[in-house]
Amino acid sequence: MADNFEAELDSSDTSVAEFEGHRSLLDKFQHFLHANPAMVPVIILAVSIVGFGLVAGERFFSPFTLGLIMQQVAIVGILACAQTLVILTAGIDLSVGAVMVLSYVVMGNLGVTYGMPAGFAIIIGILVGMACGMLNGVLVTRLKLPPFIVTLGSWRIFLASVFLYTGSQSIRSQDIDAEAPALKFFGGKVTFIDDLIGFNANITYGVVLMLVIFLVFWYLLTNTAWGRAVYAVGDDKDAAELAGIRSDRILVSVYVVAGFICGIAAWAAIGRVGSVSPSSFQEANLESIAAVVIGGTSLFGGRGAILGSLFGALIVGVFAAGLRLAGADPQWVLFASGCLIILAVSIDQWIRRVSV
Amino acid sequence: MSQQPILQAKGLVKRFGRVVALDHADFDLYPGEVLGVIGDNGAGKSTLIKALSGAVQPDEGEVLLDGQPVVFPSPISARDAGIETVYQTLALSPALSIADNMFLGREIRKPGIRGAIFKQLDKREMERFAREKLTELGLMTIQNISQAVETLSGGQRQGVAVARAAAFGSKVIIMDEPTAALGVKESRRVLELINDVRARGIPIVLISHNMPHVFEVADRIHVHRLGRRLCVIKPSECTMSDAVAYMTGAKEPPQDAAAA
Repeated sequence: MADNFEAELDSSDTSVAEFEGHRSLLDKFQHFLHANPAMVPVIILAVSIVGFGLVAGERFFSPFTLGLIMQQVAIVGILACAQTLVILTAGIDLSVGAVMVLSYVVMGNLGVTYGMPAGFAIIIGILVGMACGMLNGVLVTRLKLPPFIVTLGSWRIFLASVFLYTGSQSIRSQDIDAEAPALKFFGGKVTFIDDLIGFNANITYGVVLMLVIFLVFWYLLTNTAWGRAVYAVGDDKDAAELAGIRSDRILVSVYVVAGFICGIAAWAAIGRVGSVSPSSFQEANLESIAAVVIGGTSLFGGRGAILGSLFGALIVGVFAAGLRLAGADPQWVLFASGCLIILAVSIDQWIRRVSV
Repeated sequence: MSQQPILQAKGLVKRFGRVVALDHADFDLYPGEVLGVIGDNGAGKSTLIKALSGAVQPDEGEVLLDGQPVVFPSPISARDAGIETVYQTLALSPALSIADNMFLGREIRKPGIRGAIFKQLDKREMERFAREKLTELGLMTIQNISQAVETLSGGQRQGVAVARAAAFGSKVIIMDEPTAALGVKESRRVLELINDVRARGIPIVLISHNMPHVFEVADRIHVHRLGRRLCVIKPSECTMSDAVAYMTGAKEPPQDAAAA
């Protein structure tokens, strides 16, 4: 028989392994970031605002410039919200920009060309966005295809559909004003804020919409069972299933919700641009991914905070405005955003290596 | 035994392509007992357990809970019926907190309008419950209930998975190799945990390769061989060498122990 080796346990040391003592400032910083990963983009944003403020001075800190940054960020920001949801599930959605363009050409065509009431046109446009998301979600879950491949394909399909449907024709701003001005609602300035604070803050309804969408999805991700499930599925799909989560349902819901957000972004985009152009927003797919990555969400899923994506989008916006004010070639914005992506991922890896 | 088994399987068959994982396997678990399940690698223990916990659907045969035939199309349905499983992989989400993991898929919502309309989670209540359960099981060496599971040691993670099963398992708890990844001290805790749970009247199915552990806590031992139940032995009437000999086919089981 086994001898009673476990009796030795009674006299054993009962303290659990502890690691105390010398930690350098850098270690403490690493630990702090590990516990609060969402702080990384906040710090980068603060540093870049201060930096460009020093370079460009008052022109940068004017309400007009800051408001303009928000306006320019709004559309990519809203798409980044959809992108964050998909990336949290360990997927990626290359089609968000194309879904948005498809949604707004439908809105424009129905509302302006066919003279449908604007409300109907908008609802149908959003439904088209959700249908596109549904298609992505079903292909990912039923056919078990990698999201990268599914959305690489659907991106091209949606984009081709846009040009086939519109015959590459844009809808002019004055036609929208005449037929369905509600389509441009989100381009309007929020004047009551200006009255409240006493100067022109240069904020549009589109900016407010972006902030509201981020708050809503921050709440859903952090305070509801659905949010927990999104993180759990992205973290470890098999474990989530064994723990009782219907992961395929969650995945489909995420893609449909992403399509819905793209549909909302479509409405805001008409307001931002003023017209309906099938060839706009070609870069929006990748810009939204950049915002999410710079915002600290892991491409491997399950980790990240949605507000990080808002900061990620703002960081790119601040660089764009700052470099423009400093008189740099616009290509430097692209250059800087490339550097930021690589920097963000390396910081992510660095804080992940923290010893716990 | 004249008692009715709480969980029973009759003639389970499961094929994976040309491989027969279960070949008319039977299984009986009686109320209040700890049943050890042993068998060589590839004997079909895991498939048997998965069939009982809803993770695998048998091709033939039936599963009875309290004498009533039941069908578990998914682990969720088995869980709803009161069967909790601690998987070998633990099925924990590393980036989520301890409390989040315990309530994964069965979160508590805030009372009133905040829960009903805004679906808001009652985090405080869930943390309180999680802390209570971990304390009950003597696992509260964990300081912070909201720390991520990935920051815990292997033993603590095991503790969280066992606590989750013990907290919600109303009828049966199945544990697949709960001590496999653990040190001496942590294994001891898990074995004490098994005794605690039995003392509360909940029967346990314990799958393990560790003979001393099985012989220590099990009331009966189900020996699985070549996809079916070979025999059921009592630890008091058998030596570990006998059990290993039956399980590997080195020795024929005595006639009275060869069940069904």
